[in-house]
Amino acid sequence: MKTLVLVEHDGHAIKDATLPTVTAAAKLGEVTLLVVGENVSGVAEAAAKIAGATKVLVADDAALAHMLAENVAPLVASAMADYDAFLVPGTTNGKNIAPRVAALLDVAMISDILSVEGADTFTRPIYAGNAIATVQTKDAKLVLSVRGTAFEKAAAEGGSATTEPVSGATDAGVSRYVGSEIATSARPELTSAKIIVSGGRALQSGENFTQLIEPLADKLGAGVGASRAAVDAGYVPNDYQVGQTGKIVAPEVYIAIGISGAIQHLAGMKDSKVIIAINKDEDAPIFQVADVGLVGDLFTILPELTSKL
Amino acid sequence: MKVLVPVKRVLDYNVKPRVKADGTGVDLANVKMSMNPFDEIAVEEAIRLKEKGVVTEIVVVSIGEPKAQDTLRTALAMGADRAILVTSETKVEPLGVAKLLKAIADEEQPSLVILGKQAIDDDNNQTGQMLAALTGWGQGTFASKVEVADGAVTVTREVDGGAETETLTLPAIVTTDLRLNEPRYASLPNIMKAKAKPLATKTAADYGVDVAPRLTTLKVEEPSKRSAGVKVASVDELVDKLKVLGVLG
Repeated sequence: MKTLVLVEHDGHAIKDATLPTVTAAAKLGEVTLLVVGENVSGVAEAAAKIAGATKVLVADDAALAHMLAENVAPLVASAMADYDAFLVPGTTNGKNIAPRVAALLDVAMISDILSVEGADTFTRPIYAGNAIATVQTKDAKLVLSVRGTAFEKAAAEGGSATTEPVSGATDAGVSRYVGSEIATSARPELTSAKIIVSGGRALQSGENFTQLIEPLADKLGAGVGASRAAVDAGYVPNDYQVGQTGKIVAPEVYIAIGISGAIQHLAGMKDSKVIIAINKDEDAPIFQVADVGLVGDLFTILPELTSKL
Repeated sequence: MKVLVPVKRVLDYNVKPRVKADGTGVDLANVKMSMNPFDEIAVEEAIRLKEKGVVTEIVVVSIGEPKAQDTLRTALAMGADRAILVTSETKVEPLGVAKLLKAIADEEQPSLVILGKQAIDDDNNQTGQMLAALTGWGQGTFASKVEVADGAVTVTREVDGGAETETLTLPAIVTTDLRLNEPRYASLPNIMKAKAKPLATKTAADYGVDVAPRLTTLKVEEPSKRSAGVKVASVDELVDKLKVLGVLG
């Protein structure tokens, strides 16, 4: 089977989310990477080094800047004449583009695959990950998004793929990029952090996140996450949200502080290797998934914990 | 300006889903069903646009069992004007839903279709994007802000790193994310008034759309369970446990 994998990048460097997607694709067959955007030759060079890819297709065009789905999808759909499967990382970018491609190809899409069971059979989470469905497709072509936490990352170095330009990009003329507000942080990104310290509404303010959560995260070299409630309350920006409809993470260690453990939050972190919970309420559902729990007041526990590390 | 808002009847988000022992799916017998939370946000956004004078008519659509009528009546009670129920014996996949919505959009000629970004049962996050492909319209997905002006819609989208803003010509597709708005509760007088609002019932065949499924669900299982953890009584004990687990360097 010939697979085409959309490379996730920020215009300069490849994003980690690409790597587990390559692993998933390799389970199906030969892997060709697709780099789209404007002025992406640097990204294409880096993509050619990813282990396991035989070729990198490069679509470099002003119409593809910011990966506008309206312009990217038709290009992918026409490239798919030569491929059997199109895979994207399960990122907001991948999820924005892939379904549009599937509809243009008139095929079903299987979102968020957790495993490859066969050439046409995959498992995926439903009901916020409370159930796992095994699904099989009848369609001749596959369109899949890949849950990054479910597959090992392919090596970013060691490969030597050939690169090939792809032409034919056009601007559909229905969408225009206006601007972005993207956070820059010295901290590890949530989806690739080994350790995450996450706060809930019990933190009571953004100030408290800065005073209590961040020092602990700094000591541990951890990423900082939050529950939906904390984001909704305005304590931290939306890109901190871990959960069913936020980021799905599976770090080595997830420390949940003042987070009750609602179904939708668990959906985003229950595959973490070790879960630590600190909460005032001994009956909080989070303790049902925690490997180690400490019942108590986070306002006294956190400073003590940070100082003793 | 007319707005079309598709809504789905799903397991209520507060109910813990239980997998049936026979592996055929999640148990939905006698459990509370509600409008998909993202769809509530979509209906609310349409109503706010109407209150601002931007939108003149809100048409809500649901595709599924006859009971989906309840969801449509809730949307009408919130403030939608008219409802269409498309009944189907079997579950319709996102591609099929998108095709039906395209047929309805061809008839209704809306300037905007606002959908929830994903349904909390299947968690697919596909329908809005698929409809956009079939219509050739722009798609503003995961919207946290929607502004309509001068024949265009400007959508601020929640993306992995933060937010991104795009402007789409009308007609366009928008899918809602959590923080777009907080939906209103329907008041009792509005619930009563909603009974008189028009609700038309159709079938997929009426629209000439083939909604035969492409996917077969072979089985549905519970995820592997985590083994029980321990509770410690002090920060010192916690630090010791973290050392034992190898968390600290």
